[in-house]
Amino acid sequence: MPLCSRRPAALLLALATSLLLASCGGSSNQTRLTVTGSSTVAPLMAEIALQFEKTHPDVRVDVQTGGSSRGVADARRGLADIGMASRALNDDESDLTAHTIAYDGIGMIVHADNPVRALSPQQIIDIYQGRTDNWQVVGGPDAQIIVVNKAQGRSTLEIFLEHFELAAPSIKADVVIGDNEQGIKTVAGNPYALGYVSIGAAEYAVGAGEPLRLLPLEGVEASTANVRSQRYPMRRPLNLVTRGSLEGPAAALVAHAQSSSVDPLIRQLYFVIPQR
Amino acid sequence: MISPQRVDATLLAALRISAGLAGVLLLIIIFFMAAESWAGLRDIGALRFVPDASWHPEQTAANGSFRITAMVAATLAATAGAVVLATPLAIGAALFLRFYAPPGLAGPFKRIVELLAGVPSVVYGFWGLVVLVPLLATLGGPGQSLLAGILILTLMILPTITLLAHAALVSVPPAYLQAAAALGMSRWTTIRSVALPAARGGLFTGIVLGTGRAAGETMAVLMVCGNIVQLPDSLLAPVRTLTANIALEMAYALGDHRAALFVSGLVLMLLVTGLVLAVARLDASSGRFRHG
Repeated sequence: MPLCSRRPAALLLALATSLLLASCGGSSNQTRLTVTGSSTVAPLMAEIALQFEKTHPDVRVDVQTGGSSRGVADARRGLADIGMASRALNDDESDLTAHTIAYDGIGMIVHADNPVRALSPQQIIDIYQGRTDNWQVVGGPDAQIIVVNKAQGRSTLEIFLEHFELAAPSIKADVVIGDNEQGIKTVAGNPYALGYVSIGAAEYAVGAGEPLRLLPLEGVEASTANVRSQRYPMRRPLNLVTRGSLEGPAAALVAHAQSSSVDPLIRQLYFVIPQR
Repeated sequence: MISPQRVDATLLAALRISAGLAGVLLLIIIFFMAAESWAGLRDIGALRFVPDASWHPEQTAANGSFRITAMVAATLAATAGAVVLATPLAIGAALFLRFYAPPGLAGPFKRIVELLAGVPSVVYGFWGLVVLVPLLATLGGPGQSLLAGILILTLMILPTITLLAHAALVSVPPAYLQAAAALGMSRWTTIRSVALPAARGGLFTGIVLGTGRAAGETMAVLMVCGNIVQLPDSLLAPVRTLTANIALEMAYALGDHRAALFVSGLVLMLLVTGLVLAVARLDASSGRFRHG
């Protein structure tokens, strides 16, 4: 059976060939841009990249998430052509340049059945530091407040801590979440939960019928409109982060992301278009 | 023309290579974990992972605190709870499938269990978050809790243990069962004193794999456990497992924080290795006991 007897060898050969092909795949003369960082910016950047690739067929853009810290670190170490960060750059990051492509606000959210209509900054601080742990104290029902906090390293947490001047270890949370979606599902599933997420994501969830309510902050309604007009206090820029002088396709992509042709994409994702 | 001997030799070489690869891969992973942990063990000090005040890691070892004992306890509690709940259910389901289910039911039932084994863990997690957690929240507390984790893990390892237990029961030699029938044993006596002892090895394998899956599960546990770093004082208290901790923080961790996460990964691997060895030992000792 000559045919049969060759099979193991043929199989190995086929395996080796396919491995070889896989490792050499995509070695055309396309330019590849890697964009990494904030999971808030990534969905917007992915849409912008698709739009960009249509007009620049010789460029392929790879968008990967991993948080603002990773975006900054990757841009600095050259692991990514462009980093994404959903915060302004810190003082010790002055070697990098930030290009703002949109704004986002962070809103306090409660379950739709929660009768509490507003919390003062001091009440929020007391709740997150564990000094207030019953809704009755702030005008709600007699029930334990389920404090939902973000995991360490998330830019949403950093903005929240910065805004209320809190230190991470002083927070007494009942639930720690990763991304916005998990926060929305957690609060939508618990009538006594209090959390904070991106206003854009929360507005979208409310529109999709999730039982949520955004609380006003310092008397200003938490809405994308108020973030746009800069009236809402707890907001952040969505930045592309680059190191050194930009040239070639990376410069073209950053310019494109700051042009008005991405406005529909920003609106679609419930972020806020910056002043152009 | 290739002779059959040549074919055998080629095949043997290929099999040796693939077997070797499997072993070498594990060694590479362990080596990599140890190498990445080394900076953490050196800068932070191996001992600080226990007596530090809490888990508030920072990029430089001096500023942070790195106690992982609460997360080790959470991993052990969630895994143990799931295995204790899932094992009797799974062996019961396997016995039903093998000895009691009418043929018309056994087929579809087995398909469903197989399907259950193939459901992606993130789907279990999502279901747990939107259905199970609100249900548990009515008992008080956030709902995201050790109990939610145990229940989701039970659901996830149940099909694994059931299918392996069933396979072990099917492979009991028919002669044993025929002999039991010839002795006039009842069905239950046959199961208890013939089928289960004969299938013991396979049952233990199922439990070991289920334990490993429960200890290593990440996404589902991350979504339903609440992720608070604390020693659980009740089943309804939120906890953070080692795996959830790595998944939550790895993307953002730099410097010693990153190294500390690798240390917790290494600890998790040691835990799973320890569990597997313990179960294997249990299997061996119960075997010796039975055969005198």
